[in-house]
Amino acid sequence: MATPKRPDKTLGESLRAHGLSRRGFLKLCAATASMMALPASMVPRIAAALEQAKRPSVIWLSFQECTGCTESLTRSHAPTLENLILDMVSLDYHHTLQAASGDAAEAARMTAMEANAGEYLVVVDGSIPGPDANPGFSTVAGHSNYDILMETVEHAAAVIAVGTCAAFGGLPQAKPNPTGAMSVMDLVKDKPVINVSGCPPVPMVITGVLAHYLTFGALPELDGYGRPMAFFGQSIHDRCYRRPFYDKGLFAETFDDRGAQEGWCLYRLGCKGPTTYNACATMKWNSGTSWPIEAGHPCLGCSEPSFWDGGSFYEPVSVPLTANARTLLTAGAAGAVVGGTVAAVAKHRVKKADANRQPVTIEELEKKL
Amino acid sequence: MPESDRAKEQPSAAQDCQGAPRSFGNAFPVLNEIRHALQRFVQTGEETRIDLSAMPFGPGDLDRLTDWLGTGEVQARVDALGPTRVQETAIAGVWLVDYRNAEQQRLTLHLEVASVPEILRPQPQDLADALTQLDARLEQATGTTPLSS
Ligand code: SF4
Ligand code: SF4
Repeated sequence: MATPKRPDKTLGESLRAHGLSRRGFLKLCAATASMMALPASMVPRIAAALEQAKRPSVIWLSFQECTGCTESLTRSHAPTLENLILDMVSLDYHHTLQAASGDAAEAARMTAMEANAGEYLVVVDGSIPGPDANPGFSTVAGHSNYDILMETVEHAAAVIAVGTCAAFGGLPQAKPNPTGAMSVMDLVKDKPVINVSGCPPVPMVITGVLAHYLTFGALPELDGYGRPMAFFGQSIHDRCYRRPFYDKGLFAETFDDRGAQEGWCLYRLGCKGPTTYNACATMKWNSGTSWPIEAGHPCLGCSEPSFWDGGSFYEPVSVPLTANARTLLTAGAAGAVVGGTVAAVAKHRVKKADANRQPVTIEELEKKL
Repeated sequence: MPESDRAKEQPSAAQDCQGAPRSFGNAFPVLNEIRHALQRFVQTGEETRIDLSAMPFGPGDLDRLTDWLGTGEVQARVDALGPTRVQETAIAGVWLVDYRNAEQQRLTLHLEVASVPEILRPQPQDLADALTQLDARLEQATGTTPLSS
């Protein structure tokens, strides 16, 4: 694990200390612009901002999840770039990736929270059994997910909910929601929450949001569901390459008819592209190789709330469709600046936090099972 | 250079897919965008960069676009953070800049409308350091301090 305190060197200085040339840096900025879904004309501005950026401390909490989101991130496209972005943050706590375990791991989390109070980012994957659910449904080091979440976000600058489970409840919350699963934004009301939905999310989108924070020191502009507009501002349908067939009324009716072979629109096979906002159509999957619709399967709508309960994946969406494409919005300019001033006030409070939380007891477990 | 690298040397994605590219009609509007950019460049000198990896292309669309643009005389390679391949298209002032990582995976693909793509130009801070570097080498070779002008 990296040292919990943010190093004082700027990113530009530390990259040069690692032998990265100025052309290499320019290339990094070009790739970062793509990753943030910003226009290529922003590259010089990104270069100027990254030159001055400092590494933020990141605490990653995993709750009721399948580890698919972490898999997505660590299997992501462009290893050099992803590694660089991950090197640019100080990942101080992550169950699956950290070497430490048990008390040492929990101590690392507390140390990072204390050293960077008011400035660190919390990334959450997985949903959380709510305050009224049995706390024993999901625990970390004997403590309920709810307690760990609330304790960790208290002095955070912002929370990034990665994956549909953390963002909207996801699979654990699907009917009948046996664990009383709730999303991060259901529970965290006094901190900025950024939702990076998807089951799993596109890896470039996860690192793109981190890169945005790193570059601009600010959170990206968000949509009504708290998702970054740069990635979720347009529907799959708006950017789908099969769209010309939709507009001409040419639809595949089965998975093996002429329409399917010719690459026609998958709307009648249940494509949820028209009601789904995500970056798959341009960022694609598996090292940019392809994406579900290019592989011939309709979009399931995995980045939308309640998509598991939305009826059959193979029934056409019943909403009336309009053809007006949304304008591509540029992130970066807007968004509130976070961290900084609250940091000093928050620092001394962190130490006391873990004294207040109690482990889940056998009685509690038995009471509500 | 190993043969496998040579095959990947082309900016075109044609090598990545089997069979003849199909058209989904999404490349043509980009050609119009390039035309506007080129016109601006000719009239005002304003440069443009277009991120081709952010385009909603279907299979074959990118190949169609690069085929339309053709291949020009200049090819260049920059070795920094993995290879970056620069290819002039048959249209003067229109360049393809293919940023790859050390594993040859594409980081992003830009189209630049400019006299020379940005990544080929020496960076201003590097130019500032260049004189000092050269002086140091001269001093080492001749044992004298070069005259400053
Ligand atoms: S309905 Fe689906 S396949 Fe058809 S154009 Fe829209 S997103 Fe593409
Ligand atoms: S195409 Fe649709 S279902 Fe598939 S990953 Fe993208 S948003 Fe999710």
